[in-house]
Amino acid sequence: MSSSIKISDVERIYYDTDGRDVQALKSVDLDIKAGEFISLIGPSGCGKTTLLRLIAGLDKPQSGELSIDGRKITGVDPERGYVFQQGSLFPWLDIEHNIAYGLRARGQLKQKKARVGEYISMVGLDGFEKSYPHQISGGMAQRVAIARALINEPKALLLDEPMGALDSFTRADLQDKLLELWKEKNTTMILVTHDIDEAIYLSDRIVIMTPRPGKISKVIDVSLPRPRHRGGVEFLAMRKEILELFELAQAQPQPEYTI
Amino acid sequence: MNTATLKLAAAEKADSKSKAKAVWNYNNNTCFLLKMLLTAAGFIIAIVVNIFFPQKAAVEIKTYIVSIFAFDISLTMNDAYIFLLAALAVVYLVSGLSSWSDKDSRKKYSKNAAFRFALGIAFALWDIGGTKLQLFAQPFFPGPAQVAEAYLADGEYVLQNTLYSLRLYAAGFSCGVLLGVGTGILIGWFPKIYYWVFPVLKITGVVPAVAWMPFALTLLPTSFTAAVFLIVICAWFQIAFLTAQGIQSTPKQSYEAARILGSSSPDLIFHVAIPHAMPDIFTGITSANAMAFTTLVMSEMLGQPGGLGYYINQSKVWSAYYKVLAAIVIMAVLFSLINHIIGRIQKHTLRWQEGVVKK
Repeated sequence: MSSSIKISDVERIYYDTDGRDVQALKSVDLDIKAGEFISLIGPSGCGKTTLLRLIAGLDKPQSGELSIDGRKITGVDPERGYVFQQGSLFPWLDIEHNIAYGLRARGQLKQKKARVGEYISMVGLDGFEKSYPHQISGGMAQRVAIARALINEPKALLLDEPMGALDSFTRADLQDKLLELWKEKNTTMILVTHDIDEAIYLSDRIVIMTPRPGKISKVIDVSLPRPRHRGGVEFLAMRKEILELFELAQAQPQPEYTI
Repeated sequence: MNTATLKLAAAEKADSKSKAKAVWNYNNNTCFLLKMLLTAAGFIIAIVVNIFFPQKAAVEIKTYIVSIFAFDISLTMNDAYIFLLAALAVVYLVSGLSSWSDKDSRKKYSKNAAFRFALGIAFALWDIGGTKLQLFAQPFFPGPAQVAEAYLADGEYVLQNTLYSLRLYAAGFSCGVLLGVGTGILIGWFPKIYYWVFPVLKITGVVPAVAWMPFALTLLPTSFTAAVFLIVICAWFQIAFLTAQGIQSTPKQSYEAARILGSSSPDLIFHVAIPHAMPDIFTGITSANAMAFTTLVMSEMLGQPGGLGYYINQSKVWSAYYKVLAAIVIMAVLFSLINHIIGRIQKHTLRWQEGVVKK
């Protein structure tokens, strides 16, 4: 249950209210294989979230094409799940109903009711079924968000810095959970992050993006065997390599503003 | 002294401390019993005052024949007043007993004890000043027994008027809520409707509903429908305004999340926008409710064949201020009750907010 995604020559420009155009993405090409774990990494403003939103169908490119399994992406579809950075749970629904949302919205709740409990256990939230989002921690909320996206059995899961707002212990915990789910469901994973360690720890390939205009500067294969060790020699070497790439990219810094 | 004895001493100290704490508060049965007695004592004092305080002022004490279940009972105003006081005392004692085993209600009850005692004393003082000695200007400030007399003299009539008011309120307010929420959702959801309707709502919304009375009375077939119409528009604008605001303030991310999970457009309205707007809708309903009471009483005073407002007006003509007060007491009780019911519904609907919003 996974999809390949093809992105060819995609361009996205945002028009500022002041008339200044922001080139969020310029001639982006990327092939994502089915069942692959891909990370998009780069400094803020490099268009990684824009790219993810284009894949989700939340946004449309000015030119270029995105396709999934050969079909053009024209809008949102439950086959591409999405996990927001934070605060996307519905505060008026308890955990159980948040997770069941997709099934209910698609009219499958009656047939697949047992699945709700299954997914609650899968993300380790047994006993919290009747809690409301504000009553649980940030890490738990993100696990709910992931379960909510996965219950629709998407072929690709798009993750927009899902661990960005979490402390490092919770983050490491959730990363392991994510790998576990990936192995179990074999879903294509596309993760936006600004954490180099996270990208190396999780992905098959890391896509490095640079800003102004947002584009892909390099794609790195992570061939380290799994499970990976965050302190391993190869891990640290790769980390150094990526850091150097960013320094290169920022060799000629452009001022963000002038006085 | 070694550590073990130190620990023991500390434990003992803590123990005696917690014991001392437990001795005299609402958790203690004797203390709670005294609180219950204190609560009832005020009303009992008021009863004693009514019975034993000499009637100095010249107040005519009429006897009314009231038939209850085919029994004719003769009652004076003092009997009715004593009956009401006794009823209050009994109600509070029963509520004390029913909260006997629940810690939270015990605490709440104990907290209210002093106020309820003072309430009984206030009754006693009012009785002395208003009826027994008539220290206050008459007939504007009758005593509590005289107010109770209104229920004896006009019992059935007061009940009829109360029901009339209730019927008017129920018809007007429920229509107002439905229309208000309905239009609010339309305005909040469809930008075109917002563009054309919202300015109209904004301008007409500030006009007090009773200002439309001349039109309502001439254009609508009955005075009842006219009053319903006024209550409807006073509730309508307020609720529509806040509902629209609530719908519009729904975060974009909630819609995006719902769409990706498979929500269609109607689903977005009913499962994202409306739940999100619920707190605002209830703010609208509560504030509209207060205005609906005002509109209700005013329209009854100005052009209704019945209702508590009408009863007040009619009593005023005869300078029967004790009847005016009697109607005001009913309004206070009735409107508080309605507020309480709405509050309960609100609390249940917005239970997901508990702990988020400080109330």
